[in-house]
Amino acid sequence: MKKWHMIIDVEKCEDCNNCFLACKDEFVGNEWTGYSAPQPLHDHRWINIHRKERGAFPYVDVAYLPIPCMHCKEAPCIEAGKGAVIRRPDGIVIIDPEKAKGNAELIASCPYNAIFWNEELALPQKCTFCAHLLDKGWEMPRCVHSCPTGALRVEHVEDAKMERIAAEESLEILYGELGSRPNVYYKNLFRFEKCFIAGSVDAIKNDVVDCVEGARVLLSKDGATIAETTTDNYGDFRFDGLTGDGSSYAVVVESDGYEAKTLTVVVSDSVNMGNIRL
Amino acid sequence: MTDAKKRLSEQLLGLEQLLNDTAAKHPHFAKRLQERNMIAQIKLRDDSLGRYYIFKDGQVASESGIHPDADAMVWFDNAETALAILKSDRNQLEYISAIKSFQMGMPGPDEPKLWFWETLGMMVTAPITYGTDMGDGVTRYTSNTNGGPVFVYVKEDKILRITPIYFDEEDADPWVIEAKGKKYSPPKKATVDSYTQAWKSMVYSKERLLYPMRRVDFDPNGDRNPQNRGISGYERISWEEALDLVTSEIRRMKRDHGPGAILNGSGSHHTWGYLGYWLSLRLRFFNQIGFTPVDHNPDSWEGWFWGASHHWGQIMRRGGGETYGTLEDCMKNCEMIVFWSSDPEATSGLYSAHEGTIRRQWLNDLGIKVVHIDPYYNHTAAYLGGKWIAPKVGTDVAMILAIAYTWIKEDLYDKKYVADRTVGFEKWQSYILGEVDGIEKTPEWQEAETGVPAKTVRALAREWGTKKTYLSPGGIVGFGGACRASTGPDWARGLVMLMAMQGLGKPGINLGSLQQGAPVDTRFYIPGYSEGGFSGDINATANAVNLYQRMPQLASENTVRQMIPRLKLPEAIMEGKCETNFTDSKVLEGQFFEYKYPAPGHSPVKMYYKYGGSHFGTMTDTNRYVKMYQSDNLEFVVNQSIWMEGETKFADIILPACTSFERWDFSEFANCGGYIHQCYTQVNSRVAVLQHKCIEPLGESRSDFQIFYEIAKRLGYGFNFSEGSTEFDWCKRLFDGTDLPKAVQWEDFCKKGYYVVPPLPENRRDPVSYNWFAEDRAKDTPEMFPMPGDYTEEFPKGLQTQSGKLEFESSSLKRYNPDDPERPPILTYIPSWEGPHSTDLLKKYPMQLVSPHPRFSFHTMGDGKDSTINDVKDHRVLIDGHYYWIARVNPEDAAARGIKENDLIKVYNDRGAVICAAQVSARIRPGVVHSYESCAIYEPVGKPGESPDRGGCINNLTPSRMIIKKSHGMAVNSCLVDVAKWDGKETVL
Repeated sequence: MKKWHMIIDVEKCEDCNNCFLACKDEFVGNEWTGYSAPQPLHDHRWINIHRKERGAFPYVDVAYLPIPCMHCKEAPCIEAGKGAVIRRPDGIVIIDPEKAKGNAELIASCPYNAIFWNEELALPQKCTFCAHLLDKGWEMPRCVHSCPTGALRVEHVEDAKMERIAAEESLEILYGELGSRPNVYYKNLFRFEKCFIAGSVDAIKNDVVDCVEGARVLLSKDGATIAETTTDNYGDFRFDGLTGDGSSYAVVVESDGYEAKTLTVVVSDSVNMGNIRL
Repeated sequence: MTDAKKRLSEQLLGLEQLLNDTAAKHPHFAKRLQERNMIAQIKLRDDSLGRYYIFKDGQVASESGIHPDADAMVWFDNAETALAILKSDRNQLEYISAIKSFQMGMPGPDEPKLWFWETLGMMVTAPITYGTDMGDGVTRYTSNTNGGPVFVYVKEDKILRITPIYFDEEDADPWVIEAKGKKYSPPKKATVDSYTQAWKSMVYSKERLLYPMRRVDFDPNGDRNPQNRGISGYERISWEEALDLVTSEIRRMKRDHGPGAILNGSGSHHTWGYLGYWLSLRLRFFNQIGFTPVDHNPDSWEGWFWGASHHWGQIMRRGGGETYGTLEDCMKNCEMIVFWSSDPEATSGLYSAHEGTIRRQWLNDLGIKVVHIDPYYNHTAAYLGGKWIAPKVGTDVAMILAIAYTWIKEDLYDKKYVADRTVGFEKWQSYILGEVDGIEKTPEWQEAETGVPAKTVRALAREWGTKKTYLSPGGIVGFGGACRASTGPDWARGLVMLMAMQGLGKPGINLGSLQQGAPVDTRFYIPGYSEGGFSGDINATANAVNLYQRMPQLASENTVRQMIPRLKLPEAIMEGKCETNFTDSKVLEGQFFEYKYPAPGHSPVKMYYKYGGSHFGTMTDTNRYVKMYQSDNLEFVVNQSIWMEGETKFADIILPACTSFERWDFSEFANCGGYIHQCYTQVNSRVAVLQHKCIEPLGESRSDFQIFYEIAKRLGYGFNFSEGSTEFDWCKRLFDGTDLPKAVQWEDFCKKGYYVVPPLPENRRDPVSYNWFAEDRAKDTPEMFPMPGDYTEEFPKGLQTQSGKLEFESSSLKRYNPDDPERPPILTYIPSWEGPHSTDLLKKYPMQLVSPHPRFSFHTMGDGKDSTINDVKDHRVLIDGHYYWIARVNPEDAAARGIKENDLIKVYNDRGAVICAAQVSARIRPGVVHSYESCAIYEPVGKPGESPDRGGCINNLTPSRMIIKKSHGMAVNSCLVDVAKWDGKETVL
């Protein structure tokens, strides 16, 4: 049986919020009998966009991570729901709006914080993958439908095909260590989960400070070189994808005609090394 | 009896049966007939032929002859005219001509005659069906917004959902561009913006005005209590009472004070649609009564209008540039794009949703590098990456001069182009090299001004000087926050100079950021909103350009020769006088004229009829506007608005207007026309939309058309206002005025609701802008401006400058005032009058405030209104039950003030204080506060105008000083402030 999957590319998301607003458009004030009670106008974030800024002025970047219900294969909410939460054969996890009434425990059961409490209806609620629309022939849920960048896309495929896609495109799982086996996959999570080291190399030539282009920059850890790059015309370099675990790295900068420089950097968060004068 | 009379006689007889037959077939028409019992006469002027119609209880009978006491009458001068006009497919030009030539007339009270005349017209439109049946009682309609066209799903008169439009198989495929060995084509759909996706929540907002209201302590016959505007509450009144009161005040103004006493203004952005736009029916109405208009400054263009235009002309684009064919040229030939104060991802270019977003994804693939120059690591930078250079706010001109310096010193500019296509370079060069003032404008010199390392500017200059480079100034060419600062005119001038040095118009060297210049069909005519819809106003809109002929309509002209410049409105009201320069968008020299209010022989304004409530959020030093409302110089204030917000709650009478989803309209995606001629080259597919009346107006709200029409009818102007056409009829007339009838049947268009204009084949695409100029050829891009008289040597060769060339030394500025210290003919470095050189003020207010156009609202559209936009994390933050506007500060500045993320902070200066939620972000240059302008909510914590605002009107803080003295322009980004944690106690400034 084909199952619904979502693939979210963090690098393509620019926080336009169309997904979040399309979700509100579809669910606020609308009751989809058998699928969902109306979402409250405010507060709920059935697709929740998180922001991550890395670095320090002026070497920064920013990424956005939309988190909907993961429609997990082993969803903790199903157990906590005591029969009120089901996983449909097509993979969509639905909280029954009748049976789940009053069950506030569901909120805490979700490790992705994707379930929200509707105060007025005393009801836990979450993303339904717009199952009410898919069942009527729509090809995608509203969030994907309104996404202008292609950051969100769906795959309605058999498990085996999805495994192939995941392997081919190097898809990742958010918080994979939780073991709930989501049907929502990600690309480029490093923008959210990893750190970078950035800096800029300059030197004095003919009494003026100028950027050094083409300098060789080596990154090493525990004595072993793990990455190498060259500076661009602004003298800038960057190593990305580092784990922010407080490890110590050595950065070596070499350029013809100058003495090499070695600096030590501790990475617990992204680091702007600033200017490195040769 | 002549043949014509015989035929007319038969036709008049047949009309009775036609009315009854139509009612039998179409229930909505039967309902219409039941609205009135009356007698309507149609006759020839000489009474030689006539028939009258007796409407009674939904049935129509008729008698030949002249009724002595008909409720409504239409006469025709002769039978031939009557036959032509009474045809179901009458020629509108013949109709308008018959009216103007007094070949037909409708004497008597407006109400019955217009009902009768519209009813006759409705017989033609009765069979029309619209919308697509989706099953389950759901109908899918279409609408359009300033953030893209949409499908609207409706069930039982309730909007279920609003979605972007995915085109179907019948619709034209989008264009394909072949560049660098690959083919690129956008997806077959139209995108939407956030504020469009949130529209349903705005339609059903609890802030909707659902019935007319009167301020409780406003007594038109007694004490009016103007001092309580913005303080006292409202009570519900009937439409009759409200409209009668507004009408009697209009009469009183004209009777007691004379021409000029009635003031009208609107926001710059209304709900989308060419019928309902403020440049359409608002003008048609106010021109009938005669009014003092609020004259708009070029708020998004400022520096281009007052500065750049003097070096390259293009004043009809408000000093901005043309962009034809630039998408393809950029993709094929360009190697680098410099985004300078340019964030198309925040502003959607303009009106064009995320159409450009999709294309910018191709940049990486095309190997085009990007650089962003902006004090804020903006959303385009965040999306694309690339080099970020962050100058201090308003110091960019120093960087421009240093780039030019590097190019001169290192021989990195196009000397032949400068020699052949420009004038005055030597003079500017000598200034740059320090021969005039002894200061060489080196990268090191600029470092002290901009805070950007000299080495970075040198690296940028070298790369720019060696790579084919596109410059993107603003979200679209000719915008950008940097142009809205005291240094804005110089910034815009400087960018023109840099392009002049690099060879503007040569392959790969041009303006833009893949945002404009898509190869859509620009030869297919559909008007934009600034062509004035059915305003009939050939002076105040671009109606005369084409639409006036294409959609024949009665001309309308304001009889009052007085206006008030928007930025000086408070002074005009409170001090009774003000002066500025003109915002003339037709000729360069127009802006040199000075204007004084009040105009000779005119009454000062006494009544303000405001359309919407945006000014507190969008103008400058806006506590002035708050205080203005409490002046007893304003005897009467009426606000016609959709929501209770901003200024609306400062009115004496509030008239509730409905949204564009509750009325008919017609429009095109991203087509504003006029000052951004062919603005729709931003979209991937041109989409014409019939904006269906998707639901009935909520509560007692009415369309703007109906509100104005009701007042017009009370004053006897009803026919002049509507020409006997309903809103739906006007949509048809607009449709007929376009090229659409050549491509699609009206009935099909009504049903489906939209039409995609096919792109032209590759060999018929538009030439690339300025390529004609670079090659010294006749202008070959499809725009009619400048006007022929503005060419120097030969039409149509050259620019709208005296030399016809790019001018480093401006001829027009030399002619006007060569000694103007603020705007000398050669671009020099003049520091901001409120910025890093304001030594004394800096001690008190050490931070620069930058307040760009917002990302999640279109000016005030989308913000507030209890809409879902308020839940967008980067728009507002919910703290203690209140949605606060966001101010962004660097971690350094935050730490120095003990400010943490989501703390409530006070952003303040001598002009005001605004309470915001702090966002601590490394994306903002230290020393700078970033907060968007244009919030819709004004919520003073104490006395209005004299207390901190927690609504978020950041423009409470911005200076009212003109951008340069000889202008009518705003310098919102020349603003010093400080920020501090807010204790929640202060209620006075």
